[in-house]
Amino acid sequence: MTLNRRNLLAAAAATPLAAGLPMSGARAQAQNTIRIGVLNDQSGLYRDLSGPGSTQAVRLAIQDSGITQRGINVEVVQADHQNRPDVGSTVARQWIDRDGVDVIVDVPTSSVALAVNTVVRERNKVFLNSGAATSDLTGAQCSPNTIHWTYDTWMLARGTGGAMVRAGGDTWFFLTADYAFGHALERDTAEFVRAAGGRVLGQVRTPFPGTTDFSSYLVQAQASRAKVIGLANAGGDTINSIKQAAEFGLTRRGVKLAGLLVFVTDVHSLGLQTAQGLVLTETFYWDLNDRTRALTQRLGNMPGGLRPTMVQAGCYSAVLHYLKAVADMGVQQAKASGAEAVNRMKAMPTDDDAFGQGSIRPDGRKIHPAYLFEVKTPQESRGAWDYYKLLSTVPADEAFRPVGQGGCSLVRG
Amino acid sequence: MDEIFGIPAPLLFGQLLLGLINGAFYALLSLGLAVIFGMLNVINFTHGAQFMLGAFVAWAMLNFLGLGYWWALLLAPIVVGLFGVLLERTMISQLYKLDHLYGLLLTFGVGLIVEGLVRNEFGSSGLPYRIPTELTGAWDLGFMFMPVYRGWVVIVALVACIATWLVIEKTKIGSYLRAATENPALVQAFGINVPRMMTLTYGAGVALAAFAGVLAAPIYSVNPQMGSNLIIIVFAVVVIGGMGSILGSVVTGFGLGIIEGLTKVFYPEASATVIFVVMAIVLLLRPAGLFGRA
Repeated sequence: MTLNRRNLLAAAAATPLAAGLPMSGARAQAQNTIRIGVLNDQSGLYRDLSGPGSTQAVRLAIQDSGITQRGINVEVVQADHQNRPDVGSTVARQWIDRDGVDVIVDVPTSSVALAVNTVVRERNKVFLNSGAATSDLTGAQCSPNTIHWTYDTWMLARGTGGAMVRAGGDTWFFLTADYAFGHALERDTAEFVRAAGGRVLGQVRTPFPGTTDFSSYLVQAQASRAKVIGLANAGGDTINSIKQAAEFGLTRRGVKLAGLLVFVTDVHSLGLQTAQGLVLTETFYWDLNDRTRALTQRLGNMPGGLRPTMVQAGCYSAVLHYLKAVADMGVQQAKASGAEAVNRMKAMPTDDDAFGQGSIRPDGRKIHPAYLFEVKTPQESRGAWDYYKLLSTVPADEAFRPVGQGGCSLVRG
Repeated sequence: MDEIFGIPAPLLFGQLLLGLINGAFYALLSLGLAVIFGMLNVINFTHGAQFMLGAFVAWAMLNFLGLGYWWALLLAPIVVGLFGVLLERTMISQLYKLDHLYGLLLTFGVGLIVEGLVRNEFGSSGLPYRIPTELTGAWDLGFMFMPVYRGWVVIVALVACIATWLVIEKTKIGSYLRAATENPALVQAFGINVPRMMTLTYGAGVALAAFAGVLAAPIYSVNPQMGSNLIIIVFAVVVIGGMGSILGSVVTGFGLGIIEGLTKVFYPEASATVIFVVMAIVLLLRPAGLFGRA
């Protein structure tokens, strides 16, 4: 072809046409694609209980939902929020505004979760929180775009706190991680202790993150002569507190430790020798029943050779249910309004291998049974990861704060 | 019961003692940093990772080779020290002619890489490591319950600090070292192999960090971020004591441990910050640090 004016004009006219074809194809595909953003701690002390394991659980949920067979694409992105609210809300904004993310999943660390909660609500997307603990997510700061999936501070307080007081631990001293989560957990547990006729003798707020030595606080707790030391902290902080309490002989001299939030990965890290006898509450344990064992097997090896935690199981369950709602209402509608997608999820009963049957309340609280476990002694354990024995089961309708008591505007209005 | 500033005296004594124990770790770590900076003029930001490696090597020796705490206390510093020697030979030695900042950036980057690799392999929640049976138990001091192991840590840290000081101030090798710090070209002219001395000094500083890591393994969670949690405080200790001053880093390490311990009683929320407040004040009044030469 010789280059003359006519050819050049024709080529120029054809270019946008040619370019336009794949573009409209891409647009059609984008409209038919759900983007899931897994936002959690990928590099710090909460990595093992959420981290890349949560992403693995989300991928399994997509596979189990069978949604791709219906011609709906699902993409997963992940990011590290470094346990900092500013980082978390920046990522959430970029994901939604620039990358077209429809739903943000996991988000441990309550301070980050509360920040992301606001961002998602402003932009009318969906927030499925599994990792954070603060009960404010379904209380004062509840949102029509948020579902709090796995556990919360009220449930932990009722489970572990209630059990300890019933067993005679009526005077308490708290070691509290100095941020939103620690404060909420201390507040909720103290309410239970007082309601059951117990007394709170004192508390100490430990800087977060950055505290490695808890011995000083443990000695203060001991000086208060409280029967129970409530550990309103999580992850590495809890591990260090328990390890050092054993070292300072607190547990041997009759002081009880209440690990208010202990994950199975923490017990693994402590070793049964140190962790034995610890009472804790979880909503998922890999070896609980046939369904949880089947799920654990399907998940395969979690990063670092660990078993799934309740947070990771929660990510699986939440995404599975969300995709059911998407299939039910159609992709376009689910993408257009996060609040409507959440409403559809609330209208459908939940059922999965992680938590069995359950439901979602108007305030955004997902409910299912909670389990009070005791950590086995090394002699009782039959093999790797055989850590818990079940003490009691709290039924779903009693495990979480009654819907009217949280001060959630969605319920009052 | 006697009270001091509204705090029962026994509780206060207990906190002073605990502060001293934490101070032992600060002193041991800042000592290694000071030795390295004094000789190599490199601010070793890998120190936290090397401390962590000491603890992980101790864990690996126990679980893969069946070697207990006492062997680890001896061998882990050597293993990690050799890693330090390799690092100095292959990378750090290339940067002596350049500005301090390059050494800082390099060691900071290496530290992040090491931490990331360990995290990928072992996860972030940490591994169990038990107190050796010989050192379990506790003494009842009347005002508090003192675990035997913590007493051991203080004694060992003090011995290590004094031994390092003696080597540098009172031996022939130490005098070469001090001379080479003042004027490397002249010392080299007398037939002393200065580059090799620098390599060994770096290795020794790193070994001190690993030694502290083994000491820490039974009482802190052995996890990849255990070094980075501590190292920022230790840098503040070195700056307050005066960069490169050995006596300064030891005295400041113990002193700041005590100040931090007291803050934990009077205003716990500030205990993570108080050391930096002290640092700011010291830098305003004495920019070279308490024991540094301007």
